[in-house]
Amino acid sequence: MVTALEIARTVTDPELPQLTLAELGVLREVAERDGRVTVWITPTYTGCPAMDTMRDDLVHRLEDAGYGEVDVRVTLAPAWSSDWITAEGRRKLADAGIAPPGRAPRRTSGPVPLTLGPTRTAACPLCGSADTEELSEFGATACRALRRCRSCREPFDHFKEH
Amino acid sequence: MSGDNVYEALTADGTGDARWAFGTGFSDPLEGVEMTPAGDDLAAYCLMLGDDALIMSHRLQEWVTRAPELEDEVAIANIALDLLGQARLLLARTGRDEDELAFARDAGEFRNVRLAELPNGDFAELVVRLLIFSTWRLAVVSRLRGSSDPVLAAIAAKAVKELAYHRDYAARWAVRLGDGTEESRRRMLDALDERWPYVADLFAADPVERGPFAVDPASVRPEFDQVVGEVLGRATLAVPASGGEPAARGTRTGALAPLLEEMQGVARTLPGATW
Repeated sequence: MVTALEIARTVTDPELPQLTLAELGVLREVAERDGRVTVWITPTYTGCPAMDTMRDDLVHRLEDAGYGEVDVRVTLAPAWSSDWITAEGRRKLADAGIAPPGRAPRRTSGPVPLTLGPTRTAACPLCGSADTEELSEFGATACRALRRCRSCREPFDHFKEH
Repeated sequence: MSGDNVYEALTADGTGDARWAFGTGFSDPLEGVEMTPAGDDLAAYCLMLGDDALIMSHRLQEWVTRAPELEDEVAIANIALDLLGQARLLLARTGRDEDELAFARDAGEFRNVRLAELPNGDFAELVVRLLIFSTWRLAVVSRLRGSSDPVLAAIAAKAVKELAYHRDYAARWAVRLGDGTEESRRRMLDALDERWPYVADLFAADPVERGPFAVDPASVRPEFDQVVGEVLGRATLAVPASGGEPAARGTRTGALAPLLEEMQGVARTLPGATW
Protein backbone atom coordinates (compact mmCIF):
# COMPACT_ATOMS: atom_id res chain seq x y z
CA MET A 1 0.00 0.00 0.00
CA VAL A 2 1.14 3.48 -0.81
CA THR A 3 1.90 5.39 2.40
CA ALA A 4 -0.16 8.37 3.50
CA LEU A 5 2.92 10.55 3.16
CA GLU A 6 3.41 9.53 -0.47
CA ILE A 7 -0.24 10.35 -1.23
CA ALA A 8 -0.20 13.66 0.62
CA ARG A 9 2.92 14.60 -1.30
CA THR A 10 1.01 14.42 -4.61
CA VAL A 11 -1.69 16.94 -3.60
CA THR A 12 -1.26 20.19 -5.51
CA ASP A 13 -1.84 23.82 -4.55
CA PRO A 14 -5.26 25.19 -5.62
CA GLU A 15 -3.76 28.47 -6.86
CA LEU A 16 -0.58 27.04 -8.36
CA PRO A 17 -1.64 23.59 -9.60
CA GLN A 18 1.80 23.05 -11.14
CA LEU A 19 3.24 22.67 -7.66
CA THR A 20 2.48 20.25 -4.89
CA LEU A 21 1.86 21.45 -1.34
CA ALA A 22 5.05 19.63 -0.39
CA GLU A 23 7.08 21.55 -2.97
CA LEU A 24 5.62 24.81 -1.65
CA GLY A 25 6.63 23.95 1.90
CA VAL A 26 2.99 24.08 3.02
CA LEU A 27 2.82 20.37 3.86
CA ARG A 28 4.70 20.06 7.12
CA GLU A 29 4.15 16.59 8.50
CA VAL A 30 2.15 13.41 7.92
CA ALA A 31 1.65 10.88 10.70
CA GLU A 32 0.00 7.51 10.20
CA ARG A 33 -1.17 5.21 12.98
CA ASP A 34 -3.61 2.30 12.82
CA GLY A 35 -5.08 3.57 9.56
CA ARG A 36 -5.60 7.04 11.01
CA VAL A 37 -3.79 9.88 9.33
CA THR A 38 -2.94 13.29 10.72
CA VAL A 39 -1.61 15.92 8.33
CA TRP A 40 -0.14 19.28 9.37
CA ILE A 41 -0.20 22.18 6.94
CA THR A 42 0.87 25.79 7.41
CA PRO A 43 -0.56 28.88 5.68
CA THR A 44 1.67 30.95 3.42
CA TYR A 45 -0.12 34.21 4.31
CA THR A 46 -2.57 34.50 7.21
CA GLY A 47 -5.38 35.58 4.89
CA CYS A 48 -4.75 32.80 2.37
CA PRO A 49 -8.28 31.78 1.34
CA ALA A 50 -7.08 28.50 -0.15
CA MET A 51 -6.48 26.78 3.19
CA ASP A 52 -9.92 25.17 3.29
CA THR A 53 -9.53 23.86 -0.23
CA MET A 54 -6.12 22.41 0.63
CA ARG A 55 -7.65 20.71 3.64
CA ASP A 56 -10.50 19.25 1.56
CA ASP A 57 -8.15 18.09 -1.20
CA LEU A 58 -5.90 16.29 1.30
CA VAL A 59 -8.86 14.60 3.00
CA HIS A 60 -10.43 13.48 -0.29
CA ARG A 61 -7.19 12.16 -1.75
CA LEU A 62 -6.33 10.19 1.36
CA GLU A 63 -9.87 8.85 1.72
CA ASP A 64 -9.86 7.76 -1.91
CA ALA A 65 -6.67 5.85 -1.15
CA GLY A 66 -8.43 3.93 1.61
CA TYR A 67 -7.60 5.89 4.72
CA GLY A 68 -10.72 6.08 6.87
CA GLU A 69 -9.91 8.79 9.34
CA VAL A 70 -8.04 11.81 8.10
CA ASP A 71 -7.38 14.82 10.30
CA VAL A 72 -5.83 17.93 8.75
CA ARG A 73 -4.40 20.37 11.25
CA VAL A 74 -2.97 23.86 10.96
CA THR A 75 0.40 24.69 12.39
CA LEU A 76 1.53 28.33 12.64
CA ALA A 77 5.01 28.03 14.09
CA PRO A 78 7.56 28.29 12.69
CA ALA A 79 6.02 30.74 10.22
CA TRP A 80 6.10 29.64 6.59
CA SER A 81 8.92 31.07 4.53
CA SER A 82 9.37 31.14 0.76
CA ASP A 83 12.78 29.58 1.50
CA TRP A 84 10.88 26.34 2.08
CA ILE A 85 9.95 26.06 -1.62
CA THR A 86 11.99 23.13 -2.91
CA ALA A 87 14.40 23.24 -5.85
CA GLU A 88 11.91 21.25 -7.90
CA GLY A 89 9.18 23.70 -6.88
CA ARG A 90 11.31 26.62 -8.03
CA ARG A 91 11.93 24.96 -11.39
CA LYS A 92 8.19 24.40 -11.84
CA LEU A 93 7.42 28.02 -10.93
CA ALA A 94 9.84 29.24 -13.58
CA ASP A 95 8.36 26.82 -16.13
CA ALA A 96 4.93 28.31 -15.34
CA GLY A 97 6.25 31.82 -16.06
CA ILE A 98 6.57 32.81 -12.41
CA ALA A 99 9.99 34.00 -11.26
CA PRO A 100 10.93 32.01 -8.16
CA PRO A 101 11.76 33.89 -4.94
CA GLY A 102 15.29 34.78 -3.85
CA ARG A 103 16.41 34.29 -0.27
CA ALA A 104 13.96 35.68 2.26
CA PRO A 105 15.16 38.21 4.83
CA ARG A 106 15.86 36.53 8.15
CA ARG A 107 14.65 38.58 11.06
CA THR A 108 13.22 37.10 14.19
CA SER A 109 13.50 40.06 16.52
CA GLY A 110 14.13 43.79 16.51
CA PRO A 111 12.53 46.56 14.45
CA VAL A 112 11.82 45.94 10.78
CA PRO A 113 13.74 48.43 8.61
CA LEU A 114 11.77 50.71 6.31
CA THR A 115 12.21 50.14 2.57
CA LEU A 116 11.42 53.19 0.46
CA GLY A 117 12.42 51.80 -2.92
CA PRO A 118 12.22 48.45 -4.69
CA THR A 119 15.02 46.21 -3.51
CA ARG A 120 14.14 42.87 -5.02
CA THR A 121 15.38 41.63 -8.33
CA ALA A 122 14.20 38.74 -10.46
CA ALA A 123 15.28 37.44 -13.82
CA CYS A 124 12.61 37.26 -16.52
CA PRO A 125 11.26 33.69 -16.56
CA LEU A 126 10.46 34.05 -20.27
CA CYS A 127 13.67 35.35 -21.83
CA GLY A 128 16.09 35.09 -18.91
CA SER A 129 17.06 38.77 -18.92
CA ALA A 130 18.09 40.22 -15.57
CA ASP A 131 16.88 43.67 -16.67
CA THR A 132 13.41 43.70 -15.09
CA GLU A 133 11.40 46.24 -13.12
CA GLU A 134 8.78 45.97 -10.41
CA LEU A 135 5.29 47.17 -11.37
CA SER A 136 3.61 46.36 -8.07
CA GLU A 137 4.54 44.55 -4.89
CA PHE A 138 1.05 43.13 -4.80
CA GLY A 139 -0.04 40.79 -7.57
CA ALA A 140 -2.74 38.31 -8.51
CA THR A 141 -2.40 36.43 -5.22
CA ALA A 142 -1.01 37.42 -1.83
CA CYS A 143 2.25 35.61 -2.52
CA ARG A 144 3.08 37.23 -5.87
CA ALA A 145 4.40 40.59 -7.08
CA LEU A 146 4.03 41.92 -10.61
CA ARG A 147 7.15 42.70 -12.67
CA ARG A 148 7.97 43.56 -16.27
CA CYS A 149 10.96 42.58 -18.37
CA ARG A 150 12.73 45.55 -19.95
CA SER A 151 14.24 43.27 -22.62
CA CYS A 152 11.29 41.30 -23.97
CA ARG A 153 8.70 43.73 -22.50
CA GLU A 154 6.56 40.90 -21.11
CA PRO A 155 5.00 41.33 -17.68
CA PHE A 156 5.43 38.41 -15.31
CA ASP A 157 4.65 37.31 -11.77
CA HIS A 158 7.36 37.08 -9.15
CA PHE A 159 6.85 34.81 -6.15
CA LYS A 160 7.74 37.15 -3.29
CA GLU A 161 10.46 36.51 -0.76
CA HIS A 162 8.58 36.05 2.47
CA MET B 1 -13.93 22.19 -15.50
CA SER B 2 -12.48 23.14 -18.83
CA GLY B 3 -9.10 24.76 -18.56
CA ASP B 4 -10.03 27.37 -21.16
CA ASN B 5 -12.55 29.36 -19.23
CA VAL B 6 -12.51 29.55 -15.46
CA TYR B 7 -16.02 31.01 -15.43
CA GLU B 8 -17.56 28.01 -17.17
CA ALA B 9 -17.82 26.06 -13.96
CA LEU B 10 -19.80 28.86 -12.33
CA THR B 11 -22.63 28.53 -14.83
CA ALA B 12 -22.56 24.74 -15.06
CA ASP B 13 -25.35 22.72 -13.49
CA GLY B 14 -24.73 21.24 -10.13
CA THR B 15 -24.67 22.43 -6.59
CA GLY B 16 -21.36 21.00 -5.48
CA ASP B 17 -18.68 23.04 -3.81
CA ALA B 18 -16.67 22.82 -7.01
CA ARG B 19 -18.65 25.76 -8.35
CA TRP B 20 -16.93 28.03 -5.90
CA ALA B 21 -13.26 28.74 -6.05
CA PHE B 22 -12.76 28.18 -2.34
CA GLY B 23 -15.69 25.98 -1.34
CA THR B 24 -18.69 27.00 0.70
CA GLY B 25 -17.60 26.70 4.29
CA PHE B 26 -14.83 28.41 6.14
CA SER B 27 -13.53 26.42 9.02
CA ASP B 28 -11.90 27.69 12.19
CA PRO B 29 -8.54 29.15 11.13
CA LEU B 30 -6.94 27.76 14.29
CA GLU B 31 -8.39 24.26 13.87
CA GLY B 32 -5.93 21.71 15.14
CA VAL B 33 -3.57 24.27 16.64
CA GLU B 34 -2.60 23.09 20.08
CA MET B 35 -3.26 25.77 22.65
CA THR B 36 -4.33 26.44 26.18
CA PRO B 37 -7.65 28.28 26.67
CA ALA B 38 -7.23 32.04 26.64
CA GLY B 39 -7.77 33.75 30.00
CA ASP B 40 -9.99 36.83 30.19
CA ASP B 41 -7.19 39.34 29.73
CA LEU B 42 -5.56 37.49 26.83
CA ALA B 43 -8.97 37.10 25.14
CA ALA B 44 -9.66 40.83 25.63
CA TYR B 45 -6.26 41.66 24.16
CA CYS B 46 -6.73 39.43 21.11
CA LEU B 47 -10.17 40.97 20.60
CA MET B 48 -8.66 44.47 20.50
CA LEU B 49 -5.96 43.54 18.02
CA GLY B 50 -8.46 41.52 15.97
CA ASP B 51 -10.99 44.35 15.86
CA ASP B 52 -8.31 46.80 14.67
CA ALA B 53 -7.51 44.46 11.78
CA LEU B 54 -11.13 43.62 10.96
CA ILE B 55 -12.38 47.22 10.82
CA MET B 56 -9.31 48.54 9.00
CA SER B 57 -9.69 45.68 6.53
CA HIS B 58 -13.29 46.66 5.87
CA ARG B 59 -12.39 50.29 5.18
CA LEU B 60 -9.72 49.09 2.74
CA GLN B 61 -12.21 46.77 1.06
CA GLU B 62 -14.41 49.81 0.42
CA TRP B 63 -11.63 51.02 -1.90
CA VAL B 64 -12.15 48.08 -4.26
CA THR B 65 -13.50 49.48 -7.58
CA ARG B 66 -12.50 53.00 -6.45
CA ALA B 67 -8.69 52.94 -6.47
CA PRO B 68 -6.88 55.26 -8.90
CA GLU B 69 -5.07 52.46 -10.76
CA LEU B 70 -5.64 48.75 -11.18
CA GLU B 71 -2.29 47.97 -9.52
CA ASP B 72 -3.32 49.97 -6.45
CA GLU B 73 -6.70 48.33 -6.37
CA VAL B 74 -4.98 44.95 -6.25
CA ALA B 75 -2.53 46.19 -3.63
CA ILE B 76 -5.26 47.59 -1.37
CA ALA B 77 -7.32 44.41 -1.72
CA ASN B 78 -4.24 42.32 -0.83
CA ILE B 79 -3.57 44.42 2.26
CA ALA B 80 -7.23 44.11 3.26
CA LEU B 81 -7.00 40.33 2.84
CA ASP B 82 -3.88 40.10 4.98
CA LEU B 83 -5.59 42.09 7.74
CA LEU B 84 -8.72 39.97 7.48
CA GLY B 85 -6.54 36.88 7.91
CA GLN B 86 -4.94 38.40 11.00
CA ALA B 87 -8.39 39.31 12.33
CA ARG B 88 -9.65 35.75 11.90
CA LEU B 89 -6.73 34.22 13.78
CA LEU B 90 -6.91 36.79 16.57
CA LEU B 91 -10.66 36.53 17.00
CA ALA B 92 -10.38 32.73 16.99
CA ARG B 93 -7.69 32.96 19.70
CA THR B 94 -10.22 34.60 22.06
CA GLY B 95 -11.88 31.18 22.25
CA ARG B 96 -15.16 32.56 20.96
CA ASP B 97 -16.76 32.03 17.56
CA GLU B 98 -15.16 34.38 15.03
CA ASP B 99 -18.40 34.84 13.07
CA GLU B 100 -20.33 35.69 16.21
CA LEU B 101 -17.72 38.28 17.10
CA ALA B 102 -17.62 39.82 13.63
CA PHE B 103 -21.31 39.76 12.79
CA ALA B 104 -23.31 39.70 16.02
CA ARG B 105 -21.78 42.53 18.05
CA ASP B 106 -23.06 46.10 18.06
CA ALA B 107 -20.79 49.11 17.59
CA GLY B 108 -20.50 49.70 21.34
CA GLU B 109 -18.96 46.25 21.83
CA PHE B 110 -16.12 46.72 19.34
CA ARG B 111 -12.67 47.46 20.74
CA ASN B 112 -10.84 48.88 17.71
CA VAL B 113 -8.97 52.16 17.73
CA ARG B 114 -10.92 55.10 16.27
CA LEU B 115 -8.46 55.56 13.39
CA ALA B 116 -9.53 52.26 11.83
CA GLU B 117 -13.21 53.10 11.61
CA LEU B 118 -13.13 56.69 10.30
CA PRO B 119 -14.89 57.10 6.95
CA ASN B 120 -12.62 56.94 3.92
CA GLY B 121 -11.48 60.16 2.29
CA ASP B 122 -9.42 60.62 -0.86
CA PHE B 123 -6.37 58.55 -1.85
CA ALA B 124 -4.05 60.78 0.19
CA GLU B 125 -6.21 60.07 3.23
CA LEU B 126 -5.85 56.35 2.61
CA VAL B 127 -2.06 56.72 2.35
CA VAL B 128 -1.83 58.73 5.58
CA ARG B 129 -4.16 56.43 7.49
CA LEU B 130 -2.36 53.29 6.27
CA LEU B 131 1.05 54.79 7.03
CA ILE B 132 0.01 55.60 10.60
CA PHE B 133 -1.84 52.32 11.15
CA SER B 134 0.73 49.95 9.67
CA THR B 135 3.73 51.71 11.23
CA TRP B 136 2.11 51.45 14.65
CA ARG B 137 0.85 47.90 14.17
CA LEU B 138 4.16 46.64 12.79
CA ALA B 139 6.01 48.12 15.78
CA VAL B 140 3.61 46.39 18.18
CA VAL B 141 3.44 43.09 16.33
CA SER B 142 7.19 42.76 15.81
CA ARG B 143 7.53 42.84 19.63
CA LEU B 144 4.61 40.45 20.05
CA ARG B 145 6.79 37.73 18.50
CA GLY B 146 8.13 37.45 22.04
CA SER B 147 4.67 37.13 23.62
CA SER B 148 4.31 34.72 26.54
CA ASP B 149 1.36 33.18 24.66
CA PRO B 150 2.84 30.89 21.99
CA VAL B 151 -0.21 31.16 19.72
CA LEU B 152 -0.13 34.95 19.78
CA ALA B 153 3.64 34.86 19.18
CA ALA B 154 3.09 32.59 16.16
CA ILE B 155 0.35 34.82 14.74
CA ALA B 156 2.65 37.82 15.22
CA ALA B 157 5.56 36.10 13.46
CA LYS B 158 3.41 35.71 10.35
CA ALA B 159 1.75 39.12 10.56
CA VAL B 160 5.03 40.98 10.85
CA LYS B 161 6.08 39.95 7.34
CA GLU B 162 2.76 41.12 5.91
CA LEU B 163 2.70 44.43 7.77
CA ALA B 164 6.20 45.27 6.52
CA TYR B 165 4.81 45.22 2.97
CA HIS B 166 1.82 47.35 4.00
CA ARG B 167 3.99 49.98 5.62
CA ASP B 168 6.38 50.12 2.65
CA TYR B 169 3.45 50.56 0.28
CA ALA B 170 2.02 53.47 2.26
CA ALA B 171 5.47 55.01 2.81
CA ARG B 172 6.35 55.00 -0.90
CA TRP B 173 3.06 56.63 -1.81
CA ALA B 174 3.51 59.20 0.97
CA VAL B 175 6.87 60.22 -0.51
CA ARG B 176 5.48 60.30 -4.03
CA LEU B 177 2.45 62.41 -3.13
CA GLY B 178 4.09 64.68 -0.56
CA ASP B 179 7.02 65.45 -2.84
CA GLY B 180 4.78 65.40 -5.93
CA THR B 181 2.56 68.04 -7.46
CA GLU B 182 1.10 71.05 -5.70
CA GLU B 183 -2.26 69.31 -5.63
CA SER B 184 -0.97 65.96 -4.26
CA ARG B 185 1.03 67.81 -1.62
CA ARG B 186 -1.99 69.88 -0.55
CA ARG B 187 -4.04 66.71 -0.20
CA MET B 188 -1.36 65.03 1.90
CA LEU B 189 -1.22 68.06 4.21
CA ASP B 190 -5.00 68.02 4.57
CA ALA B 191 -5.00 64.29 5.29
CA LEU B 192 -2.29 64.66 7.93
CA ASP B 193 -4.27 67.46 9.59
CA GLU B 194 -7.40 65.32 9.63
CA ARG B 195 -5.87 62.07 10.87
CA TRP B 196 -3.08 63.15 13.19
CA PRO B 197 -5.48 63.92 16.09
CA TYR B 198 -6.18 60.16 16.26
CA VAL B 199 -2.52 59.18 16.65
CA ALA B 200 -2.45 59.71 20.41
CA ASP B 201 -5.11 56.98 20.84
CA LEU B 202 -2.71 54.36 19.51
CA PHE B 203 -0.24 54.76 22.37
CA ALA B 204 -2.68 55.04 25.29
CA ALA B 205 -2.34 51.67 27.00
CA ASP B 206 -5.44 49.75 27.97
CA PRO B 207 -5.08 47.80 31.26
CA VAL B 208 -4.93 44.47 29.38
CA GLU B 209 -1.98 45.74 27.36
CA ARG B 210 0.15 45.46 30.48
CA GLY B 211 -0.09 41.65 30.60
CA PRO B 212 2.98 39.43 29.96
CA PHE B 213 1.46 38.30 26.66
CA ALA B 214 1.02 41.91 25.47
CA VAL B 215 3.09 44.84 24.23
CA ASP B 216 2.64 48.18 25.97
CA PRO B 217 1.88 50.49 23.01
CA ALA B 218 3.54 53.41 24.78
CA SER B 219 6.84 51.55 24.39
CA VAL B 220 6.65 51.63 20.57
CA ARG B 221 6.13 55.40 20.30
CA PRO B 222 9.85 56.13 19.67
CA GLU B 223 9.96 53.65 16.77
CA PHE B 224 6.73 55.09 15.36
CA ASP B 225 8.05 58.65 15.55
CA GLN B 226 11.35 57.66 13.97
CA VAL B 227 9.77 55.80 11.02
CA VAL B 228 7.00 58.32 10.33
CA GLY B 229 9.52 61.14 10.72
CA GLU B 230 11.81 59.53 8.13
CA VAL B 231 8.94 59.01 5.68
CA LEU B 232 7.50 62.49 6.06
CA GLY B 233 11.00 63.96 5.85
CA ARG B 234 11.53 62.25 2.50
CA ALA B 235 8.06 63.45 1.50
CA THR B 236 9.11 67.03 2.41
CA LEU B 237 6.16 67.18 4.82
CA ALA B 238 6.40 68.36 8.42
CA VAL B 239 5.33 66.02 11.19
CA PRO B 240 2.19 67.64 12.62
CA ALA B 241 2.31 68.95 16.15
CA SER B 242 0.83 66.43 18.51
CA GLY B 243 -2.82 67.25 18.85
CA GLY B 244 -5.83 65.63 20.39
CA GLU B 245 -6.39 63.97 23.71
CA PRO B 246 -6.13 60.18 23.54
CA ALA B 247 -9.43 58.35 23.66
CA ALA B 248 -9.67 55.06 25.53
CA ARG B 249 -10.21 51.77 23.67
CA GLY B 250 -13.88 51.33 22.90
CA THR B 251 -14.53 55.05 22.32
CA ARG B 252 -16.63 55.30 19.17
CA THR B 253 -16.87 58.06 16.58
CA GLY B 254 -20.29 57.39 15.11
CA ALA B 255 -18.70 56.06 11.92
CA LEU B 256 -18.64 52.44 13.07
CA ALA B 257 -22.38 51.81 13.21
CA PRO B 258 -22.95 52.55 9.49
CA LEU B 259 -19.89 50.43 8.64
CA LEU B 260 -21.28 47.51 10.63
CA GLU B 261 -24.67 47.91 9.00
CA GLU B 262 -23.02 47.03 5.70
CA MET B 263 -20.52 44.48 7.02
CA GLN B 264 -23.09 42.59 9.08
CA GLY B 265 -26.11 43.10 6.80
CA VAL B 266 -26.26 39.65 5.21
CA ALA B 267 -25.32 37.74 8.36
CA ARG B 268 -27.99 39.51 10.40
CA THR B 269 -30.72 39.27 7.76
CA LEU B 270 -30.08 35.59 7.08
CA PRO B 271 -28.60 34.10 10.27
CA GLY B 272 -26.66 30.91 9.62
CA ALA B 273 -26.89 31.27 5.84
CA THR B 274 -24.17 29.67 3.73
CA TRP B 275 -23.28 30.26 0.10
